[in-house]
Amino acid sequence: MANAELQTGAVQASEFAADVDSLFLVMAGLSGIVVAGIAVLILIFSIRYRRSRSSMREGPPDFPLALEYTWIAVPTLIFIGLFVWGARVFLQSQAERNDALELRVVGQQWMWMFYHPGGARELNELHIPVDRNIRLLLSSDDVIHSLYLPAFRIKQDAVPGRYTQVWLNAERTGRYRIMCAEYCGTEHSQMYGVVEVMEPEDYSLWLELNAYDTTLAAQGERLFNAMACSGCHTSGSTIQAPSLEGLYGRVVNLQDGSTVVADEVYLRDSIIVPDRDIVAGFDNVMPAYNDQLSEAQLFMLIAYIQSLTLAQ
Amino acid sequence: MSDAGSGTLSRSSRASYLTAGYTLRSWLLTSDHKRVAWLYILSITIFFLVGAAMAAVIRVELATAEGDTVTADSYNKMFSLHGIVMVWFFLIPAIPATLGNFLIPLMIGARDLAFPKLNLLSWYIYTLGAIFTVYTVIAGGVDTGWTFYTPFSSMFSNSHVVAALTGVFIVGFSSILTGLNFIATVHKMRAPGLTWFRLPLFVWSIYATSLILVLATPVLAITLVLVILERTVGIGIFDPALGGDPLLFQHLFWFYSHPAVYIMILPGMGVTSELISCYSRRPVAGYRFMAYSILAIAFIGFLVWGHHMFVSGQSAYASLVFGLLSFMVAVPSAIKVFNWTATLYKGSISFETGMLYALGFVGLFTLGGLTGLVLASIAVDVHVHDTYFVVAHFHYIMVGGMVMAYLGGMHFWWPKITGRMYNETVGQLSAIISFIGFNLTFFPQFVAGYLGMPRRYHSYPPEYESLQLVSSVGAVVLAIGYLLPLLNLGWSAFAGRKAPGNPWNASGLEWSGASPPPPHNFSEPVVVAQEPYSYHTDDRDNPLVPDRA
Repeated sequence: MANAELQTGAVQASEFAADVDSLFLVMAGLSGIVVAGIAVLILIFSIRYRRSRSSMREGPPDFPLALEYTWIAVPTLIFIGLFVWGARVFLQSQAERNDALELRVVGQQWMWMFYHPGGARELNELHIPVDRNIRLLLSSDDVIHSLYLPAFRIKQDAVPGRYTQVWLNAERTGRYRIMCAEYCGTEHSQMYGVVEVMEPEDYSLWLELNAYDTTLAAQGERLFNAMACSGCHTSGSTIQAPSLEGLYGRVVNLQDGSTVVADEVYLRDSIIVPDRDIVAGFDNVMPAYNDQLSEAQLFMLIAYIQSLTLAQ
Repeated sequence: MSDAGSGTLSRSSRASYLTAGYTLRSWLLTSDHKRVAWLYILSITIFFLVGAAMAAVIRVELATAEGDTVTADSYNKMFSLHGIVMVWFFLIPAIPATLGNFLIPLMIGARDLAFPKLNLLSWYIYTLGAIFTVYTVIAGGVDTGWTFYTPFSSMFSNSHVVAALTGVFIVGFSSILTGLNFIATVHKMRAPGLTWFRLPLFVWSIYATSLILVLATPVLAITLVLVILERTVGIGIFDPALGGDPLLFQHLFWFYSHPAVYIMILPGMGVTSELISCYSRRPVAGYRFMAYSILAIAFIGFLVWGHHMFVSGQSAYASLVFGLLSFMVAVPSAIKVFNWTATLYKGSISFETGMLYALGFVGLFTLGGLTGLVLASIAVDVHVHDTYFVVAHFHYIMVGGMVMAYLGGMHFWWPKITGRMYNETVGQLSAIISFIGFNLTFFPQFVAGYLGMPRRYHSYPPEYESLQLVSSVGAVVLAIGYLLPLLNLGWSAFAGRKAPGNPWNASGLEWSGASPPPPHNFSEPVVVAQEPYSYHTDDRDNPLVPDRA
């Protein structure tokens, strides 16, 4: 198994995968019982009450209403039970996790690009450490794609114009398939890659070997200066613009009296459509950058703005 | 066997609707619902064959993991057109526009539909939409999938999206007008004494289907126009680069397309109820529950569209609500399965072709419905969404369910429609072969899907190859199962044995007159004084004597 093949839905590479499989197996088992039950009943009735046989039909077989209500109530209760179970597993998979490794994913016809906080970039390959909470923040540069890791039972659409996220915690080292699950054009079926789950020490080694000279935030800072964002958004600038220091994660008061938490989505929107959420006390003089920045560049700029908070 | 009811012998010697005119004009300008039904039968059969040919290419391509039969672009166009043709030009009109058109007036004792000319117009609108679709195919196809997801369809695809959208847009009006016609007919034209709870469940199912057609289809029409406008003049509705929202499209599309799934199954449920009841000589068990569950499915079916969007970025709480409602829509479906099974109890069951198809329907629909629960369960759906599991699931409902019911219904009412008997042995064989072929084709896809094979893949990882190969072999069996009835029914329409007026001793009002029916259906006013499905197990050898007024 040293040079193992790429793994898909046949293995459980995370705790979530095991949870999903248990739920699925119970549902499949119940379904099997129902299908077998119906089939056996149809078979018995078909033989017993076939036309050529003329006995055993005494009296009009009235159906007691109780039977009708029973087969309404019992499935309803079972369905609610199954729903609650599935909802719990789902909500658990969505819950915020502390101390997560923040990875950025951009889907593009027809490739997956991954950005590590340390600055490393990967194309159609993703190296991650085992037993570590990982948050993948996804976007798309063109059409809708869907990041699908069958061995982990997770899937999340990468939608242009918005951020989506998915949590991951790999329990087993190995190489697993990445596929695109949302039809995205000609080479949709070729848009695949590999997740390589590594022991922490191997992962550190990989990071060293693939180190970029700068972190994602530093790449963002370079962009911040190159795009002349720094002309306004620094203290002492002649044009008055909201300060970005400590902005990330803070509650921002807007001109229309509402408030918004400055998360990644807010930062993204404020760069590409600045006139949507205008900060209280400011006029909007910032040009919109919606045609000038790729999703990757947006991730860099946001990483830089985040670093202005995290550094404090 | 003999004609049912007194007076039918003298009526049957008169002209039938088939002999009312032989010219092309007498067919193309007819306002007789029975002849319009024929126009649809021929049209949807042609489109079924077109869609099936595309499925054949898909199955050949998927027999091996490499994409070596056609190019990726051709493959993408194949599954897109397969979906568009099968959904809008075969499945949605399948039962309502053929059996529904033919039978609704006969079942409720009316001379025709409420708006006979509108009925003919509906077929012409269908044909106009069909012309755009045929043009799309000839011009080079469309590669968006039948779902037309934005911004791929509105900004990125280089295929004939506008022509395809226009075809679907137009055919939608055919659906709306047909639905409107049925609603008005069922409300206003029932014979005296035919109260709502004396209606055959087939009429209930077509009525509920019509409500969905009228309420949901306009949303699709508007949505498709918006996609066309975004693609042609660049208004920003769905493309984020223009300030639009791609998820808005999905909400609008599935607001129509999930109820549309019930358009594609409710009529099949109606047919199945008629067939099982007749061939087991028993009233449908829990008739009122069956009628109410049809309405419940139609109503709740409008509230579950978000289960198509669990991984789209939709809020987790919205997903929870849609997930719960999706479980709930399965309750009335379960009621129907239990009642069909209970109808057999203490019956006097015979296994003509129609019955075999109906029992096949119950089996395949049950499996399709139960796998729907798996998809409603959000945590599992995240894994199997957009995989072959979904493909298998909806084929079990729409092909295993609806096509089985359609063929079962066609065999059952064939003597009524043509006045001829099909070959029973070939009919039974075709029902059994298509049941086996269907399971062989689509069951392996559940497994491939759970193992993680995404749908719409031109080439795929080798670990799924054996499952896909079984599926392709099954498709050959299934194709035989579908060709047999085409030959059997086609042959019998011209050369089959003359049918008695009511070969199955069925109790429905549609069987009370001659087969095929006279042009105006009933020569005397009809009054109904009996409950539906007045079958008795001891009437199996004796003709039913309708005790109508």
